[in-house]
Amino acid sequence: MRDAVARAITEAARTRDDVILVVADISPAASLKTFLDENPTRIVDVGVSEQAMIGMAAGLAMTGLRPFAYTIAPFALYRPLEQIRVDLAYQDLPVVVIGVGGGLSYSALGATHHTMEDVAIAGALPNMTVIAPCDPLETQAAVTGSFDLTGPAYLRLGKSGEPDLTAAATEPFVLGRIRQVRAGSGTALVGYGPILELGLRAADQASGRGVSPSVYSAHTVKPLDLERVDTILSTYDRVVVLEEHVHRGGLGMQVQARANEIGSTASVVSLHLGDVFLHTYGSKDDLLEAHGITLESVTDALIGRR
Amino acid sequence: MGVDMQVPVDSDRARARCRSHRRRILEVSQKVDALHVAPAFSCLELVDAVLNYCVDEPVGGADAFILSKGHGAMAHYVVLEGLGVLDPSRVDRISQSGSTVGGHPDRGIPGIIASTGSLGHGLPLALGIARGKREHSTPGTVFVVMSDGELMEGSVWEALLLGPSLGITNVTVIIDHNGSISRGDIMKVQPNLIPVAPKLQAFGWDTREVDGHDTAAIVEALRSGSGTAPLAIIATTTKGKGVSYMENQPIWAYRSPSPEEYQVALSELVDPEDSHA
Repeated sequence: MRDAVARAITEAARTRDDVILVVADISPAASLKTFLDENPTRIVDVGVSEQAMIGMAAGLAMTGLRPFAYTIAPFALYRPLEQIRVDLAYQDLPVVVIGVGGGLSYSALGATHHTMEDVAIAGALPNMTVIAPCDPLETQAAVTGSFDLTGPAYLRLGKSGEPDLTAAATEPFVLGRIRQVRAGSGTALVGYGPILELGLRAADQASGRGVSPSVYSAHTVKPLDLERVDTILSTYDRVVVLEEHVHRGGLGMQVQARANEIGSTASVVSLHLGDVFLHTYGSKDDLLEAHGITLESVTDALIGRR
Repeated sequence: MGVDMQVPVDSDRARARCRSHRRRILEVSQKVDALHVAPAFSCLELVDAVLNYCVDEPVGGADAFILSKGHGAMAHYVVLEGLGVLDPSRVDRISQSGSTVGGHPDRGIPGIIASTGSLGHGLPLALGIARGKREHSTPGTVFVVMSDGELMEGSVWEALLLGPSLGITNVTVIIDHNGSISRGDIMKVQPNLIPVAPKLQAFGWDTREVDGHDTAAIVEALRSGSGTAPLAIIATTTKGKGVSYMENQPIWAYRSPSPEEYQVALSELVDPEDSHA
């Protein structure tokens, strides 16, 4: 996804003259080399200064540029949160804050490097759009779509090596719209971010056990496509929400709230990270397992065993 | 660019204008419960100097102005009124029900480009605007008025370190150095903040120290930039300047004067020619 975002920004800068990157001591050198070759002045490296990164991005946007502020997710969002709130959201400036390594991507590095509550925090800010693509293809589409926004966005990415999940998706990517990735019946899985890969594998497993779930990518978590949520709640008996994020303020809680609001009879199951900081390390799968999310648990949720 | 315009400073006129601004702030203070009167009096000559003598246009020109100490908003509003940018009827109703002008600057109010009020935001914004000008190949200086207490914010030091590192020279910071924060004397809370100038010099800024209520001196300092480093002006000021009972009294950061106190204040802000009459 790191390479995909770099490719998309590089592509955009070929047809637009307003693209500029503001980075905080991150070395996107390999993936951004082409961008730098083609736009040598269109990058500002602020060093280890995330508050200045956001403030400067806001100032750049005031001059009519379209800045992308880019660093590791917790430092992109949490460290300069008040700058994001005041400089970007309150002033409604079109800056895209890119958090790379969102969720538990940096599984070996501890909770300082995790974002388990970023979607809730960014999503609570007025004027803010929150986008969490599930794969490199959606990442590119999200960057392209972000130029239509008139205000700020938080783009939550994984890190690198994620597979393309949506090459054969049943619906195209449209910013702000939940898209169907795979068609099924009876049960739906709705998720966002790279964890959708686990959701698709679980859907495969479920298919072997007589359940054929549809799979949806809710890449734009805010504003949430409530119209589509309603359709999903009225179409399926069972809706499983899967997210690499805590429950409070996440997608699962919002879908459950919506189901209550419209009196949906679908059973809604929310699979999410626990309300806990882990002090264990390992692969991302190890950490998800510690939070109770495994191929088996997701499959069980799809076939109605939990 | 503003620094090239060299509009001469008539000190008597500047003093009269600032007295009038102070009377206007006090007038508004009689219409609303709480106004940051003393912080506005502290930075009044600084804001007045930038907008009257240093920017090419008070709004929409090549130069830009950010009041990073947003609690000095009244100073900005009355100077903008004086320049015909902001409608006085909007300031008269400040913070009242339905009003669109409040206690801190809000981007979109005529003449105001940045929503401040939370300290430590103006300088990073200014660096972004200045850096953006480089990409657009447009001239202009970004002027920022900050408070000295604001220098305790970490984001300020990120920006102070970063500006010269990025080779940005078209930002000028003016520090309203009144020596006090909400709870009183800076020397009692953060004595190591003072002296300010050597710290800024070490971070790559050209510094000047001036009397922050002497318009001619302020303007001279604002025009003295080398062009090879960004300029920081440390302006020694008095919180509540101009009204004896407000000067350096922390309570006037928040209070509006009573009708009796208002009359006393006005009597101290009479123009000399009027006092002879």
